[in-house]
Amino acid sequence: MNAHTQVSNYNFAYLDEQTKRMIRRAILKAIAVPGYQVPFASREMPMPYGWGTGGVQVTASILGPDDVLKVIDQGADDTTNAVSIRKFFQKVAGVETTTSTEDATIIQTRHRIPEAPLQEDQILVYQVPIPEPLRFLEPRETETRKMHALEEYGLMHVKLYEDIAKNGHIATTYAYPVKVEGRYVMDPSPTPKFDNPKMHMSPALQLFGAGREKRIYAVPPHTEVISLDFEDHPFEVQRFDKPCALCGAEQVYLDEVVLDDRGGRMFVCSDTHHCESRQAAGHRGEMSGEVLS
Amino acid sequence: MLNEATTLEGGFSNPVLNAQSVFRAVMDAMAKPATIVEVDAVVAPPSRLGRAAAAVACALIDVDTPFWLDATLAESTALRAWLAFHTGAREMATCADVAFALIGAPATMPPLERFAQGTQEYPDRSATLILQLPGLEGGTPLTFEGPGIRDRVVLAPRGLPQDFAAQWKANRKRFPRGVDLVLTTGDAIACLPRSARLVEMEG
Repeated sequence: MNAHTQVSNYNFAYLDEQTKRMIRRAILKAIAVPGYQVPFASREMPMPYGWGTGGVQVTASILGPDDVLKVIDQGADDTTNAVSIRKFFQKVAGVETTTSTEDATIIQTRHRIPEAPLQEDQILVYQVPIPEPLRFLEPRETETRKMHALEEYGLMHVKLYEDIAKNGHIATTYAYPVKVEGRYVMDPSPTPKFDNPKMHMSPALQLFGAGREKRIYAVPPHTEVISLDFEDHPFEVQRFDKPCALCGAEQVYLDEVVLDDRGGRMFVCSDTHHCESRQAAGHRGEMSGEVLS
Repeated sequence: MLNEATTLEGGFSNPVLNAQSVFRAVMDAMAKPATIVEVDAVVAPPSRLGRAAAAVACALIDVDTPFWLDATLAESTALRAWLAFHTGAREMATCADVAFALIGAPATMPPLERFAQGTQEYPDRSATLILQLPGLEGGTPLTFEGPGIRDRVVLAPRGLPQDFAAQWKANRKRFPRGVDLVLTTGDAIACLPRSARLVEMEG
């Protein structure tokens, strides 16, 4: 229980108790009004804005000593942002960490939702850079707040329509706007739109923290999350021509990896845990390589 | 004279981890409306306040959030001193503008619309009401649906106001404005966020 005293002079999970209470109250209001962005007094964290300070503050406020934490950055457990946040919580909270989606009670994520379906009682914490879906259409906070208050979302449909007029299809591929429970239009954070359907009726609680913009919002479990679209241009997710080059998975989100300067490239799972567990189970892709005997 | 020992004692023995565990129970209950959740209520409040209600108060109320007590609870000087010491929050004389209200006799409580509802722009600026009930089971069954609820869920709390169903429907109608309820009894809680819709059952 005293594992956190490894780093003395810090409170459990870094934040002071008054800050945690303030964030906890914001989280409860966010859950009560799904998709609405609750302002909160975001603190300076020992990492720069843009590195997930919002998600870190949400995680720090909900985390307990029995939690098992997983952190992913673009689906990967082993990239800088994920590794440093995982180490941060090991240090200041002494919690167990994991790379396994199934074993985690809290998953903090930057820009992906794991491929393995989430379970009841799991919590997904998103790091959000720009929480306001209308911000690039209307820069004034006073105006966007009024638009949410009056449920005035016509501008967003105009934006999607302009996509169709210019490109023949909705060209928005990430941060694709959704409507929560038929009321609030919400930015799902810059996840690829491939992940939008996973938010709909998810059994897990989804919490969103934007540190620089000082907003927290939430989607409770079993909540309707609908991607905006048009009758004649229905919402579609990205499709990939080939399966993952390492594990052969289909119906997953793939990253493009450039192999050389002659146009060589491969497509691999962005969810590293999903890819590794498939390979461990014997699945092979076309470039997984065989052990030379 | 107040017994000082009673005032100073009975709070969280481990303020950091106790507050975390109570908050997680409340968050869990808020995310799964009308579902009964056990709280590890490690507090010993003066007799008039239940353990779960006191634990929720200690976990969430602080110097930034003024609170209000209904007449039943406000009668107890010991309780007021205990809450003041363990939360550090100011008690207000009227219920209209507080962030939290602790209600000892929900059957005769002021109507929900008398508490802070938030505004259309800032619906989060609304009150959270902590109700102390004789029981969360065995009362009139209320069926809810909405965010956090797969299909439907039934809760039958005892001791709510007679016209609770009508009041809750009016509260839901004000969405996104409205109050959120934490129903407590003994060591258990169930939450009703304003998003929970009361379903009219036939027959």
